[in-house]
Formats: sequence, structure tokens, C-alpha cells
Amino acid sequence: MSAARNGARSGAAGSDSYVDPDNRGQRRNVWAAAGDSAGGRTLASFGRRRLPVVGRREYGAYVVISVADSEGPAPDPGQFAMLAAVERWGGGTDERPFLPRAFSVARRHDDGTLDFLLEAVGPGTDRLAELDGGDDVWLLGPLGRGFRPPRDGRRPILVGGGVGLAPLAILQDALGGSTLTLLGFRDAVHAEAATLLNDPRVATDDGSRGHHGLVTELLARELGCDPRTEVYACGPPAMLEAVRTLCAEHGVPAQLALESGMACGYGACFGCVVATKAGYVRLCVDGPVLEAVQLESVE
Amino acid sequence: MISFCGIELAHPIVNGSGTFDAIAARTAFGEALLDDFPFSAFVSKTVTLAPRQGNPPPRLWELGAGMINSIGLPNKGLDGYLAEDLPRLAELPVPLIVNVMGSSPGDVAWLVAAFAERDEVAGLELNVSCPNVTTGLLMGADPGETAALLDAVRPRTPKPLIVKLTPNCSAPAAVAAAAELHGADAVSLINTLRGMAMHPRRPGEPWLGGGTGGVSGPAVRAIALAQVREVRQRVRIPIVGMGGVQSGRHARDLLDAGADLVAVGTESFRDPRAGARIAAELGQMRANSGMIAAPSQPAPPPITRSG
Repeated sequence: MSAARNGARSGAAGSDSYVDPDNRGQRRNVWAAAGDSAGGRTLASFGRRRLPVVGRREYGAYVVISVADSEGPAPDPGQFAMLAAVERWGGGTDERPFLPRAFSVARRHDDGTLDFLLEAVGPGTDRLAELDGGDDVWLLGPLGRGFRPPRDGRRPILVGGGVGLAPLAILQDALGGSTLTLLGFRDAVHAEAATLLNDPRVATDDGSRGHHGLVTELLARELGCDPRTEVYACGPPAMLEAVRTLCAEHGVPAQLALESGMACGYGACFGCVVATKAGYVRLCVDGPVLEAVQLESVE
Repeated sequence: MISFCGIELAHPIVNGSGTFDAIAARTAFGEALLDDFPFSAFVSKTVTLAPRQGNPPPRLWELGAGMINSIGLPNKGLDGYLAEDLPRLAELPVPLIVNVMGSSPGDVAWLVAAFAERDEVAGLELNVSCPNVTTGLLMGADPGETAALLDAVRPRTPKPLIVKLTPNCSAPAAVAAAAELHGADAVSLINTLRGMAMHPRRPGEPWLGGGTGGVSGPAVRAIALAQVREVRQRVRIPIVGMGGVQSGRHARDLLDAGADLVAVGTESFRDPRAGARIAAELGQMRANSGMIAAPSQPAPPPITRSG
């Protein structure tokens, strides 16, 4: 649905954390720190909460909004939240938006501030991307099942495409800032968001920054050198499918953060299903992170 | 407390079938869901005899005042529901109403009979928005079909039977009257209205994987009000009114039009706690008015089932 197409996958980065040495490059065990967790996920507060927007920053084609949530549960890397503006939610293209939008948590600061990476591509993201200090959002979360820690001492490699870099920022915070991170963008303007991660290698479609080509070409090189890795990826379906294929060829486990249109985010609507080898699964409760081996392909 | 078909309920707000998965919600929110359960009864998603995968995605389309869904009733089938879902739903702090659908009166009777002896189940709702494979007619779109369905189902259970009416027919009130005459204990309405969206990038193709879907949300609220009022003028049995309810005032409007309970559906997608908020708003409105207003739409005189 449009809610999804209009911009789910998201989130990234933080306003100050990436220049703050205490908050960057330092391994923080956010998985173990998760308080109220069950079944491999941190539980959401029951009911959406009205929270203030405390920051807005532009990174090329993207916007990061920061939401103060000092009382809320600390999300696991890969978990997401449903967001809607409190004021003027509706009245855009086709009188939308009506439903909230799903965004990966891009980063959580020590004071509980949550960062979300947005690309304005429809009525929902258009509205959210214009929010700034003084505005409020409705937030439901953290939701879904995020990334799992690497298995068997494998070396993690993070692979992101475009706005899909969002959950890799909070993941890199958890794994440690020296985690190898590969990011792909359309061009140098979009690649400005690469600053949200620590020391990423960048590829652009037009060659205006970094490697001229696909981020999966960078990944292929890495997997060729060291198969004792585990890949964590988020990005457009074509990129995720290429990651899935590459990892299968090299026998490397991969965790893929997928995107799908959602109405509710907590398993009520059954709208966000994706096809797996075991049939349809609801991405909001069974994902958004799925193991690559669960999928025949990413569509 | 209020009494609905003999079921004691703490307030008049329930959920629409298929708009809240209490098991998934417990996974997402934990025990807080049970401490603050938003509905006075829980209506579970449609159960069919055989498991169903549901429709291919995309399944959702957003509208300015609501949405279209084409979910296709995915469920584990009767055996899976009894084994996996029913024990967990029995842990909820409110009465459970099970929604069932079959493709013939015999199928529905089988489903109803399977729940007749289950103490966990307070009542049954019949999803009649399905074609009868024998006659090809929608069981809820024709009074004769609905009558035949009730004749097959009513003898199979003493539990309250609620018929979920479809608005996609010419005379929902006539269907409601047939349901009452043939033994239904209550009716619920409205189900979603059939609608579609064109694919934004492929001219001439539908967006939804199922082709068409059901429209819900604020867009259908006025239609729900009109149909609840029309049905109230034809039947004496209780009515569960629903359609685009987002606030206590919307709930009160449906009650004033003749509903006995109000179901919240699409609004729960925007906030899982919407039902509790709406129940509180409704309670506040009633407290402020100093009394519970008499129904403004009186029921018609009693009918004789045998007549």
C-alpha cells in the first residue's frame, strides 16, 4: 500500500552521536541491555505515545528527525516504530496520510532520544520530514524482531542501500564502530547520509562518490576474501536479492531487514506479509529482519 | 456491566473481527495488553474449516479517510485454531467470540458445532460474506440464503449466534430480519464495502493482489450509521454497530442509531489502545449527561419465530 511505499524503511542517524566519541565507535551491548524483552525482542509500550520532536537535520536527500523518548523502551537494532504527525496528518496527496508509517530506529542516544531517517517520497514521509522542534509525533514501538548477534564468532559485515542504512547505524553502535560497513547510493547527494555511520565504504550508481557501481560488488570482494562472516543488510529489494544470492553462493549467513506496507505494525492487519519458504509471514511481528535462508527470493 | 445476549460485558466497546490479533499483540506488548485490554469482549479473526494462506500481496491501500484491505482471511483452519489459538485466547481477561465462515451451510454448521461444547467460547459470529458453493449466492446478501444458513446452524449450538451482515447487497435490513426470524441472537454491521484502487504505475491493473478489497475507516462511518438505523427499524435482537468509529462521539452516534455494542476496527491500526480510549470517552460522555439516554431508535414489536 501506499503507506509502505511512501516510505517505510528508514531511519537513521543521529544528530550528535556520530561526532560524539563516547557514542560512536564504542561497543555497547544494547542487546543485553534491553530491559523488558521476550521472545527475542524488546516489548513496545502498549499504546501509541505522544512525543516531542527535538531535532531535524538534513543529509543530502534525507532528513533525520530526533524524537525525545527518555521513558520509552530501548529498541533492539533492527526494531522499528510506527510514526504519525500529531498535527496535520492528512490533507496531502489524495487527502492522505491516514495510517502511521513504519520506520527503523536509526539510533538511540544515551538520553533516550530516537533518530529516524526519512526520505520524502509520498504524503506520509513528506509530512514527517518537515517536522522540527516544537512539533509532536505519535510513536508506537519498538516493534518487530530485529537483528540477532553474529553466530559462532563470525565477523559482521553491514550492507545498506539508500535510506536502508537506517537500522545499520544502531546496529553498528551495538557491534562496535569498527564494524565493516558498505553503503550504496544513487549519487553523491544521497551519499551525504553515509556520515551517519562510522567509516563506511561507499558506492554510487553514477560514480560521483566512492566505488562506481553497486554496493554488492564491494560485498562480493569481501566474501571472496573471508567467508567467516555474517552479513546484515537493509536496502531496496534488488539489492537485498543480490545480497541473498551472494551470501548463498559463499555459504555465509545473512540477516535481511525487509520493507513492506503496514497499516498497524503489531500483527493486527495482516497486510504486510512477504512470501517465505514456509508461506506468508507478517513482517511486522515475524520480521522486519528475516534470515536469508527463509526466503526463496526478495521481491 | 451490560448484558449482550446473556454475556456480561464491562463496557460497550468490542473489536471488529479481523482487526486485532490478541496473540500477536501480546507478542508485541507483553502482559501490559492483558492489564489494559482495550475491548470488553474479543472477537477473533475468521476461522474456516481448512487453513488459508490469504491473498497475495499487496494487501493494503491507503485512502484519505480510511483504507482498502484485501487480506483474504488467512487462518490456521479449525484444527489449528483449536490446538494453537483457542488456549491462548482463553487467557484473555474478556469473553471470547469466535468468528467462523464456511462455503456452505453444512460447513458453517460443522464449525459452529465444533465450538458448541467449548467453555472458552462465549458466542459465535457468522461471517456470511462468502458465496455458497452450491447456489453461487452470497450467504449474507440474500434473505433466503441467510435463512437457510441459520436453519442449518441454529440447532447445532445453544451459544449466542451473531450474524455479521455485509453492506454489499441491496437490502441488509431484509437479511437481518431473516436472520432474526431464523434464530440469530444478534447481528453485527457493517462489514467492509467492496472497493478497489488502480495500480499507480501499471495502467489498467488493480493495485491489490486480490483485485478488489474492503473499504473501512472514517470513509464508511455515515453508511454504517444509516444501515444500523435501518436494521434497528426491522429487528429486535441486539446490534453490534461498527464502521469508522474513532471517538466516543462516533460510538455514541451508533448507539443512538440503535446499536447495543460498538466495534472498533481500523482505528486500532492507528493505535492499539484506541478501543480503551473510545470506551473511556463514551463513559465520560454518559457521566456528563447525568444519565444513560434512552435509545432514540426504538425496536419494532416482537415477532413470532414460528410465524
